[in-house]
Amino acid sequence: MTDTVPLAEPSLPVVPAPARAEGRGRGIVGVLLRSPGFLVGALILLFWTTCALFAPSFVPYDPYADDLLNTLVPPSVEHWFGTDQLGRDVFSRVLVGARDILTIAPLATIVGTVAGTAIGLITGYFGGWVDAVIGRLLEVMLSLPLIIVALLVLVALGPSTPTVVVVVGLVFAPLVARTVRAAVLTERHLDYVAAAAVRGEGAFYIMVAEILPNILPPIIVEATVRLGYAIFTIASLSFLGFGVQPPSPDWGLSIAENYGVLVGGYWWTVVFDTIATASLIVGVNLVAESLQRALAE
Amino acid sequence: MTDVTVSPPVLELRDVSVCYRIRGRAVPVLSRVSLSLGKGEVYGLVGESGSGKSTVALAVQRVLPSNGYVSGGQALVNGRDVATLDRAALRQMRARDVAMVFQDPGRALNPSLTIGRQLAEVFEILGSAGGEALRRAEAMLERVRISAPARVMERYPHQLSGGMQQRVVIAMALAKDPSLLILDEPTTGLDATIEAEILDLVDTLRREFGASILFISHNLGAIAGLCDRVGVLYAGRLVEEGPVRPLFRAPRHPYTVGLLRCLPRPGLRKSLAPLDTIPGFPPAPGSITAGCVFAPRCGLADETCRTVDPPQVELGEGRVSRCHHHDRIGSLPHEVVRPLPTAPQPAEHAAGTPVLELASLSKTYGAAPYAVHALRDVSLRLMPGQTLGLVGESGSGKSTLAHALLGLIAPDAGGRMALDGATLAPEVRRRSPEQIKTLQIVFQNPDSALNRSHTVRRLIGRAVTRLGGLAGALREAQVTRLLEAVRLTARQLAARPRQLSGGMKQRVAVARAFAGNPRLVVCDEPTSALDVSVQAAILNLLADLQAERQVAYLLISHDLGVVRYLSDAIAVLYLGRLLEVGPAANVLDGPHHPYTEALLSAAPSVTGERSGRIRLTGAIPSGINPPSGCLFHTRCPRRFGPICETEEPPFVADAAGHAIRCHLPREKLGRSMAAMPA
Repeated sequence: MTDTVPLAEPSLPVVPAPARAEGRGRGIVGVLLRSPGFLVGALILLFWTTCALFAPSFVPYDPYADDLLNTLVPPSVEHWFGTDQLGRDVFSRVLVGARDILTIAPLATIVGTVAGTAIGLITGYFGGWVDAVIGRLLEVMLSLPLIIVALLVLVALGPSTPTVVVVVGLVFAPLVARTVRAAVLTERHLDYVAAAAVRGEGAFYIMVAEILPNILPPIIVEATVRLGYAIFTIASLSFLGFGVQPPSPDWGLSIAENYGVLVGGYWWTVVFDTIATASLIVGVNLVAESLQRALAE
Repeated sequence: MTDVTVSPPVLELRDVSVCYRIRGRAVPVLSRVSLSLGKGEVYGLVGESGSGKSTVALAVQRVLPSNGYVSGGQALVNGRDVATLDRAALRQMRARDVAMVFQDPGRALNPSLTIGRQLAEVFEILGSAGGEALRRAEAMLERVRISAPARVMERYPHQLSGGMQQRVVIAMALAKDPSLLILDEPTTGLDATIEAEILDLVDTLRREFGASILFISHNLGAIAGLCDRVGVLYAGRLVEEGPVRPLFRAPRHPYTVGLLRCLPRPGLRKSLAPLDTIPGFPPAPGSITAGCVFAPRCGLADETCRTVDPPQVELGEGRVSRCHHHDRIGSLPHEVVRPLPTAPQPAEHAAGTPVLELASLSKTYGAAPYAVHALRDVSLRLMPGQTLGLVGESGSGKSTLAHALLGLIAPDAGGRMALDGATLAPEVRRRSPEQIKTLQIVFQNPDSALNRSHTVRRLIGRAVTRLGGLAGALREAQVTRLLEAVRLTARQLAARPRQLSGGMKQRVAVARAFAGNPRLVVCDEPTSALDVSVQAAILNLLADLQAERQVAYLLISHDLGVVRYLSDAIAVLYLGRLLEVGPAANVLDGPHHPYTEALLSAAPSVTGERSGRIRLTGAIPSGINPPSGCLFHTRCPRRFGPICETEEPPFVADAAGHAIRCHLPREKLGRSMAAMPA
């Protein structure tokens, strides 16, 4: 549909500009709100965010309180999801358990996106040997399984929440950088970049003020996709003992603490945490996918 | 034009209306277009972007985009209504009866198949077996005048030049011997000499094949030279129709008159008169519901025009106009918005320091043996307040020159660039702020040159800050002054580029270049992405700004009309080498370098006279392996002996500073036809 002009914005100078500027923003929100995938995903995210923020004030039991007389009670009216080996209420722990993952994963995503965007801008903009050297380094990182790299660093530095945030963020940076670099390469050859250079603008200004605003859509999509992976990675690290530390009711950690008793048939100690993790990842991915489609339109 | 009355017309549109559904609203893009195309006839459809001319082509083949639909009327191909055809019949029609050639041949060919394979496929679909299909494909290439077709058969599309690609696409279209050939802007994006070749080819082929041709173009010159009849499309309506010569000689609709007046005609110069423009903007589709669609921009419009839709008036001799005032078109007032600028006298400046001086500038890409000489030993001077037109086909080094000048690429060591007498560092970072603001650029395509996420205020404001060194209220005041200088208003300040029309965008780009009161602005094809009427307005603007501010232009263009209108001096580049340079009048009047002569004669004119065309044969040679001796000898129609192949001609200037690089003595070189008085 190259020359079917009416599909593009008709050139009508009479229409006041701001109204149409909003028009596009509303357009994306409108498309999102009409997409069932986005609505379901957003609802899931909203639910878990509410839990992370307010669950401690409304859960029926203290998620940290042992009750050694009532260990491994199956789901019942008192304990909807049963109790674990120490008699802690699984329902309360699952709801409150959203807190750590929903703090660490977004922070790690922000770290990864910011670092990756910076690397992608630099390699894409300068090209040449800068791109060659940094590009090869990134490829080395990408060729190793992410979880192994993260594990090695965490073993060396010792697990703590800030370390997990930084390590997961940095492990994700090359992936973000690759997306950003590709987007920069298309922008780089547009004349507005040349126009800025002819105006004597510095490289930093051109990258941040000229190119960055135009590549925000792919960065936003990449960040949402990364958030899904961050949740998965952090849950895995916690399971392996290198992520969130006890006595947190974190999902990955809870699974690690309880999967030993699965053999005894105490499924409720693990299943609800698993479902929670899965639902969160599915929610994030649904949002990411709808966002990508909406921005591509 | 053979017997139209006996057989049904090859293509007939009866009151065809097409709508696009946009955000749930039906937007009409074509309304009640009727035209018919007899056997062997060439029908030209002219219109600016957004007029709906491509929609006509799509509707005929029933390939409208998914949100488009025919809302009324019928399109008949060979007497059959395309809307009533079932799937098989439709396929049959597309496979045999109608062929289409699109604007960009590079995208119409499959990059991963050889030319032979793609072309043979057409014959296979028509029922030929493998070997037979290949033989016929080769014969077809020969018919579109491709020399050595066997070799071309083995090539991939990217190994061919744009002109060759378009020939192949035309060959594919003609392979099925269609009764209707639709050409949608087939020469847009091709160089002038290649465009002339393709137009010649189409002209010859129409006789050989007897196909009817629907030729869609915004290029009035191309239409005038090729077509029998022409229809003028404006805002989805056919406003005028008729045989091509009478229509262009004495148009009977104000829009056609306006379009023709917009063209920079031979003999018209910036110092003599501004170009006419059509005031206002084309209406958004569907925004005008009552009266004539052209009324808001028409100098003749009265109350009737605004309320009553003009009927189709038969004017005799097959001419039709949709205008209430078709009988008094001659009184259409000229749109002159400014007095004549006082032209700077070249003599005053000739003695001073040139604003730009290039000495032995070269640029080589890559290393031997694969070095490409994009620029070889180019020396030029440009005086303040003057325009130097830089002409040449693609690959001639025009853009390399501009980029070197702007500090975007570093030229080879040994050359010198000087701005106002001071040496210009090869890299923009090493240049003084003064030099940076002295030298600015207007790019070809404003969509690419304006950052789409910035507002007009920011686009111009940033340039004012950087180049003018202003901030705060002073900056705002300067932005407003610049907007006024390029005939925009404060209303546009908050708009982003996509909310502006093509012409407005280019005005913003011009305003940005002028933010620091430059003394030299490089205009890189400043109007080739714009429609004719918008082009005229931008050229006027550039001429005005030059007269007001004494700015010098380095004007890069392949459009000789544009160069002729604005330039005081002209330089002709070929494969990175200057072949001719001199004052504009001398270069345009001759004696010419044979290459310049060919360029000049290739430019189609609306009078439709194409006699005396000098045809260049062969493709532009590659820069990796340039011809020996005179670079131009492989295509030169005036080549006269072995000296052309062995020895580089001297670059000799006459007393007026008009230099020509040719072995032929001046008196033997061609002069322009009388059609181009200075």
